[in-house]
Amino acid sequence: MVPIKLKGRTISRGCAEGEVLLSRDPISFLGSVDPKTGIVVEEKHSLAGKSIKGKVLVFPHGKGSTVGSYVMYQLKKNEAGPVAIINLETEPIVAVGAILSEIPLVDMLEKNPYEYLNDGDIVRVNGSEGYIEFIKPEDSKKK
Amino acid sequence: MYLTKEEEQILNGEAGETLRKAIEILVALGDIYGADRLIPIKSAQIAGVSYKTIGDAGLEWISDLEGQVKVPAILNPAGMDLEDWKRLRISPEFAEKQKAIIQAYKKLGIRCECTCTPYNLEGFSVGYGDHLAWSESSAISYANSVIGARTNREGGPSALSAALLGKTANYGLHLEENRIPEVSVSVECTLKDSDYGALGYVAGKIIGSRVPIFRLKDTPENDELKALGAAMAASGAVALYHVEGVTPEACRLGFEEPEEKIIIERSQLDEVYESRERAGKEPELITIGCPHCSAAELKKAAELLKGKTVSKETWIFTSRELAKRYPDYIRTIEESGAKVVCDTCMVVSPATNNYSCVMVNSGKAFAYVPGMCGAESVYGNMEACIEEATGRKEKKAGGSY
Repeated sequence: MVPIKLKGRTISRGCAEGEVLLSRDPISFLGSVDPKTGIVVEEKHSLAGKSIKGKVLVFPHGKGSTVGSYVMYQLKKNEAGPVAIINLETEPIVAVGAILSEIPLVDMLEKNPYEYLNDGDIVRVNGSEGYIEFIKPEDSKKK
Repeated sequence: MYLTKEEEQILNGEAGETLRKAIEILVALGDIYGADRLIPIKSAQIAGVSYKTIGDAGLEWISDLEGQVKVPAILNPAGMDLEDWKRLRISPEFAEKQKAIIQAYKKLGIRCECTCTPYNLEGFSVGYGDHLAWSESSAISYANSVIGARTNREGGPSALSAALLGKTANYGLHLEENRIPEVSVSVECTLKDSDYGALGYVAGKIIGSRVPIFRLKDTPENDELKALGAAMAASGAVALYHVEGVTPEACRLGFEEPEEKIIIERSQLDEVYESRERAGKEPELITIGCPHCSAAELKKAAELLKGKTVSKETWIFTSRELAKRYPDYIRTIEESGAKVVCDTCMVVSPATNNYSCVMVNSGKAFAYVPGMCGAESVYGNMEACIEEATGRKEKKAGGSY
């Protein structure tokens, strides 16, 4: 299978690959995510009860307190954070948090990630060059 | 975004990990907001100081940084009086974490005076047109509006990054075109003292994050402008406002009248004062000094408290430098039983969380106390606050009423 690349904008540098976890809802790292476990604790959140640990986390954008940036750092130190992030359009809290925590982040992909990505796909996020790359779609894993 | 050769080298890690991350933060923010380049700043003011707000997460990040700031940098209020934290019943665990945060900032060469009014300190002067990276919302509003300096609403990490590099990204309020008023606010009544905090509280909710120009019947003092801006930055996200015929840019640049017009009437301000009657309970704690009291405000508090005794817990917040500069006012205030507290405030200190109803003379505190401290807030001017504190009666000589 030919690897598919989607270009985007560099926010936080570095390169990582992992399993996609899609969130339809914006994320506030302060209050929504347990910094020790990476489990989403905000009730009624589309990811409630799920862990973001080790995932390529896809969400529209951040929300809430600026302290969220520090919580992302704490997640990383506890090895409970996402390995990479893809946003529709990043806002400063998440941008700053990703850089502090050395979590690669790209946003504004040339195609809508919610149409092209599924939970469980394996993708590589290249924050330094500003693109994402499909390694293995979720379907082929099942076969 | 254009970077100089030196900046490129820093981004590539040639000046170490701390600076690499610092410039990466500024470049990312610059890209998000469409900055063309980095520009030098005169000073930085760094939020993210109280252990109550940043917790272990923030402490860890700051402790891991290395290097020295390149421009004068100062801190936002902490969660406690750094010299006398026991007086407000701060727990030793909290105090220890708070001291560790201050030490971590100190190691980076930051002045560890914790105040939301840095423009009142010696050696921290700010002038018209200066570019800054400040992050305490009321100080930002004061610097932009009352002084005519230029700063965006920085977050803690971006202000710290700017301090370490001596630069910030050129976007937002650093650019003249973003400082033009977008909405005009006419106030139909005369205003004095805490009316400005009430006005800011009401106006901020309507204005959101836009730039307003006020048309007022009076000429406000700087302390009144401080109260207006602080409240608007809390109930809304106003980082810059103008007052026709008063603030420097309105006087020098002569703005055109914006299309959108808002009128604010006395009755809207009265609603804020009516919080005292509406409250389901009696205030247990009286707080003054949000933002930190100026010399004039300390003097007024001292005059109002002279010869009286407070019967309710009363805290008056100011910067340590001003407290040291005016020992007579401080003595008079403390002789009444009220406490002068430095380095912190009612909003960011966990001490306030021990009370269920707090009386304030600040539109900013009025907005934040319910959410940040879990207490009801009621509003009054400084005279009403002192009256509430002293039991609404004059104490006669000899101690009888």
